[in-house]
This record gives sequence, C-alpha cells and structure tokens, in this order.
Amino acid sequence: MNALTLQQDGEGWRLCLNGDWSLASIGQIDRELGTLPGAMLGTLICDWSRAEQPGIAPVWLLLTRLSALGAGESPTAELRVRHEGGPPPTVALLRKLTLDRSAAHAAPSTAMPAIESAVGELGRWVVLQGVEARGVLGFLGRIAAVLGETFSRPRALRVPSIARHIYETGVTAIPIVALIAFLISVVVAYLGAQQLRKFGGDIFVVDLVTIGVLREMGVLLTAIIVAGRSGSAFAAEIGVMRLNDEVDALRAMGFNPIELLVMPRVLALVIVLPLLTVIADAMGLAGGALLSLIELHIPPAQFTVRLQEALAPTTYWAGLVKAPVFALLIGIVGAYRGMQVRESSRELGRLTTVAVVQSIFMVILADALFAVLFEKLDF
Amino acid sequence: MADSISTPIVRVHGLVSRFGSQVVHDGLDLEVRPNEIFGVVGGSGSGKSVLLRTILGLRRPQGGSVELYGRDIQRLSPQERLGLVQSCGVTFQNGALISSLNIAQNIQLPLREYYPMPEGALDAIAQLNLSLVGLPPEAAGKYPAQLSGGMTKRAALARALSLEPKLLFLDEPTSGLDPISAAAFDELLLYLHAELKLTVVMITHDLDSLFRTCNRVGVIVEGRMITETLAGILQNTHPWIHDYFHGPRAHAAEQGAHG
Repeated sequence: MNALTLQQDGEGWRLCLNGDWSLASIGQIDRELGTLPGAMLGTLICDWSRAEQPGIAPVWLLLTRLSALGAGESPTAELRVRHEGGPPPTVALLRKLTLDRSAAHAAPSTAMPAIESAVGELGRWVVLQGVEARGVLGFLGRIAAVLGETFSRPRALRVPSIARHIYETGVTAIPIVALIAFLISVVVAYLGAQQLRKFGGDIFVVDLVTIGVLREMGVLLTAIIVAGRSGSAFAAEIGVMRLNDEVDALRAMGFNPIELLVMPRVLALVIVLPLLTVIADAMGLAGGALLSLIELHIPPAQFTVRLQEALAPTTYWAGLVKAPVFALLIGIVGAYRGMQVRESSRELGRLTTVAVVQSIFMVILADALFAVLFEKLDF
Repeated sequence: MADSISTPIVRVHGLVSRFGSQVVHDGLDLEVRPNEIFGVVGGSGSGKSVLLRTILGLRRPQGGSVELYGRDIQRLSPQERLGLVQSCGVTFQNGALISSLNIAQNIQLPLREYYPMPEGALDAIAQLNLSLVGLPPEAAGKYPAQLSGGMTKRAALARALSLEPKLLFLDEPTSGLDPISAAAFDELLLYLHAELKLTVVMITHDLDSLFRTCNRVGVIVEGRMITETLAGILQNTHPWIHDYFHGPRAHAAEQGAHG
C-alpha cells in the first residue's frame, strides 16, 4: 500500500496519508515523498484520518519536503498547507521548529582546484613535521633538564616509582622474553644445522648461535618485546592520565609531570632492558646447546669449549651495549606519544599504536646504525 | 484508559543488588506510571546508577524482578529484548557519546542500524533531533570532544530521542551545568515531556531541577525506596530525607517551587 496518495481537489490538492506512518516505514515514506510533484499551487490538505501511529521523524520528513516545495505559513505563500483528519500532536510542534534547517546545515563546499589543494596538503604536512620535530626536541630538552636537576636534588629521582616500573616492565617480562629467546635460538640452530651439515661443519652451529644471539638477536628480540609490552603501556597510561586531566592536576600542584611520570619509566627501562638482554642471551645459548645436543650430538661440554673459541672478547658487549640505547628510544617514544593525547579516547588508541610502531622502527634503525658503527670500529 | 493509567510502565519489585559483601539495594520497590516525570534521589553510593543499569538490563540483580511495560526483562527472548531496548531512550552521566563519530552520526547510529533509509532522510532526522533539544544546526558536524558540558548533555538527549522512545531514562542530566543551562534543560525536558508524551525517569541531585520538573520522587534510603509526591516528600519525617530536603541548600529551591 502506498503511504501517500495525491489527488487534485477542486482548486487545490488533497494528500491522503495511509497505513503505517511510524519510524519503521520511514524508508518507503521518504521514497514516496520524493515523488511529489514540484508544481503545486493553492491549498494542500493533508488528510491524516487513515495514517496509523504517526512517528516524529516521518512527520518531520513530510513537513520539510512540503516546505521545500514552497509551502509557507503566510497567506501569500504559493502553497498553503492544512492538516485535517486528526493530525498527530507532533505536527503542531514540528511546524514551530524552523523548517529550513535541513537546508541550513548543508555546509558550503570548500573545494579547491587539484593543484592548489595538493600544494596546500604538502605545506600542511611540512608544517606538521616541523611542529612535530620541535615538540620532540622540546620533550628531550625537558627530560634532560629533569635529569640535570637530579644531581642537585636527588629526591627528583623518585626511586620508589622507578622500582615499581622495574617490576612492571622488567620482572613480569622475564617469562615471555626467556621463552621467545629460547625458541628463536632453537629455530636458528636447527636451520643452521641443516645447512652446515652439508659441508660437514656441524660444529659451526655453535658459532652461528653464539654470535647471532649475543651480538644481535638477544638484544633485538628483547627490545621488540619490551616495545610491544611497555612502550604501549607507557603511552596508554600517560594518555589516560591526560584524558582525566590528571597531568594538569599534577602540574597545578606544582609537580613536574616529566619528573613524576616520564623519568621513572624511562630510567626503569634503561635499567631493565640490559638485564632482560642478559636473560635472553642465556636462554638463547641454552636453546642452541639443547638443539646441538639433540640434533648434532654435541655434548654441552664440547659446546662450551667451542663457544669460548668462537667468541671475540667484544662479542658479548657488542650486544649488551645497545640495550640502554634501545631502552631510551622505547621509553621516550612511548611517553612522548602518551603526553600527546588530547581530548578524546580515539586519540589514545591511535597514539598507542603509533608509539609501538615508531619505537620498534627506531630500535631496528638504531640497530642498523650500530652495525655500521661496529663495522667501522672493528668492534 | 483508566486501566492504562494504573498499569505502571516501570515496575521494580524486591530488588536486591550486592557487590561482594556490600549490599546496595535490599528489597527495593519502584513503580513509574505512564506520562509522569519520576525523580530518583539518594546519597552518593546509594545505588541510583546501579538501579538505572538494572532496569535497563545492563546488570543482573541478585534478587527481585524488573518489569518494563508489564514484562519481566529477565525472561525475554533476544528478539523481544531488542524491541524493548528500542522503546527506551537513555542518557548517561557523562553523555557517553561515541567519540569517534560526530554528533549527527551519533544520533543516526541506531536509526542506521534498525531503519534503513537514504542519507538525505538521515540528515533531516539528525537536524530534527538537534532542533528538538535546542542545538544549532552546525552542531551536527562537531565531535563530542569539541562540545561544552551543556551541549554534550543535549546531544546525548538528542541521541536518546532518535528512536522515538516513549520512556526516557536520564542519569543526572543537569549535573555540571551552570544554573542557566540547567534551567534551560529543565524547560526542555518539560517541553518534550508535554509535546512527545514521554514518561521520564530521572536521577538527579539538582533540587531545583527536581522541584521544577518531577511529579513524584523516589528516595533511596537504606537500600529501599520511599516514593512520594513532591508535597509529600517535604512532610516526610525520615531524618535523612528531612536533611536532604530541608538542608541549607534546599530552601531556595523549595521556595522557588512554591513561589
């Protein structure tokens, strides 16, 4: 059944509204309203006697449509509308609201020519990058200032807070770091064993595992795990504090949020990451030793002897020295992104993601730079 | 007609709510009649919001029953439940607007889900709801984070009205508003109540708002509810209720209501 039937009625029009006029039929009502002819003059009578349960939104659509067709309140209007047959009380209410609202909200389009908008886009990007760079620099400066302050005022070091973060980012991360280092090293040793066996160089699996784990994999894996666990946690924790105005509250009480929130996290990470790396190294070597025993029948005693031959004195330190640097990167990126959260919880999710992605990227980039540096230094 | 007036729209019977060993409601009864504005008051922690959540079916009570339109909400099929949810509008204390959607999209969210219609019609309805709650047309494109407290409350009400409910639950709709905005919200509520024939259950601490808008008041004391008319509650001799309605902050509101 049609929701609308329009008839010519003497000098005017008669619009009968039939059937279900509740919100449930709004799709159909909207469609049929669109088919009303544009050229109607005189008086239009809306007959509500057969409309059932008229809802607010359908009545509104009818009134806006009629108003768009030139219906007006004044006697001089081209189309005068009268409601008959027991119109719903909402008709009177909705007529009082400004009928031209639907037209009013159509925002003026600010379309620009393609080239102009592309240049504008580029400019905006450059400015944003500049602002971002300045923000990062300022953040680093504030951290350095707090660090300098700790020399004259040791209380600024916030030892209890550092201890808590050491527990949260370090102690609780031990099982996962240990497990992953162990498994990855087993996988590497297994792959190496398969290849090296072809040359009868089984014993070199020990070299592969020890150098690989100690120089690169131990520290890199640990840093990536910690970036995923703690970098995201830093960004989210500080971000939520910003959303709740806690950071502003601290500032209003005379605290320095960098000293209270950022420094303990970063310092804890700098302390913890080398220690986690040691654990990862040990577990990695254990994994290699285990696979050598099972797959290549190299007993642990022989593994240890070979291990000492394979290692240069610097191998172990070449891995470990990178850990504090990675920790700084992860901690600062996480805390910085957290401090950037403003206004809405959507920001929080976005910036937490950014924190993890960027800190992992920075860790890998730094690792590559270290590789070049160690090569040049013959370290 | 007489029958429909006597049948309560919301009926809570013997409600028990516990959090661990902490008892919040201990045999709470409540009846809300059609087309009234029912105010719920109570001290902090007396379980006003818990009551609201329980009525909406967001929380399962430890005992007692909740009926909406004469049907026990615990014994509904998912289909019936959906129908019931669609006939109730709710605003939460902090607005609870979806932060990733702008105001128009917030209003259109349930419409889009349940009543397919073209974008033009959706936009027109968003504008309708905005003008019903007295927000300017430009508010449609703003995001919740860009709104002031008063606008957030109004936008939340606009979203609650979008499915054209007959029953409206408001959790502290005037808290955090300046007196002018709060008074304007009261008038808006009275206007919508009269024009749209709404039944309203409103949690509030705002005595001005309570005296201006409510027909009856329910006070949660000691885990139970004492329901009275406005005049009746002022006569009540329970010490907490007496303090609440006759404390230093209550006199101005009371005089305003009588004057």
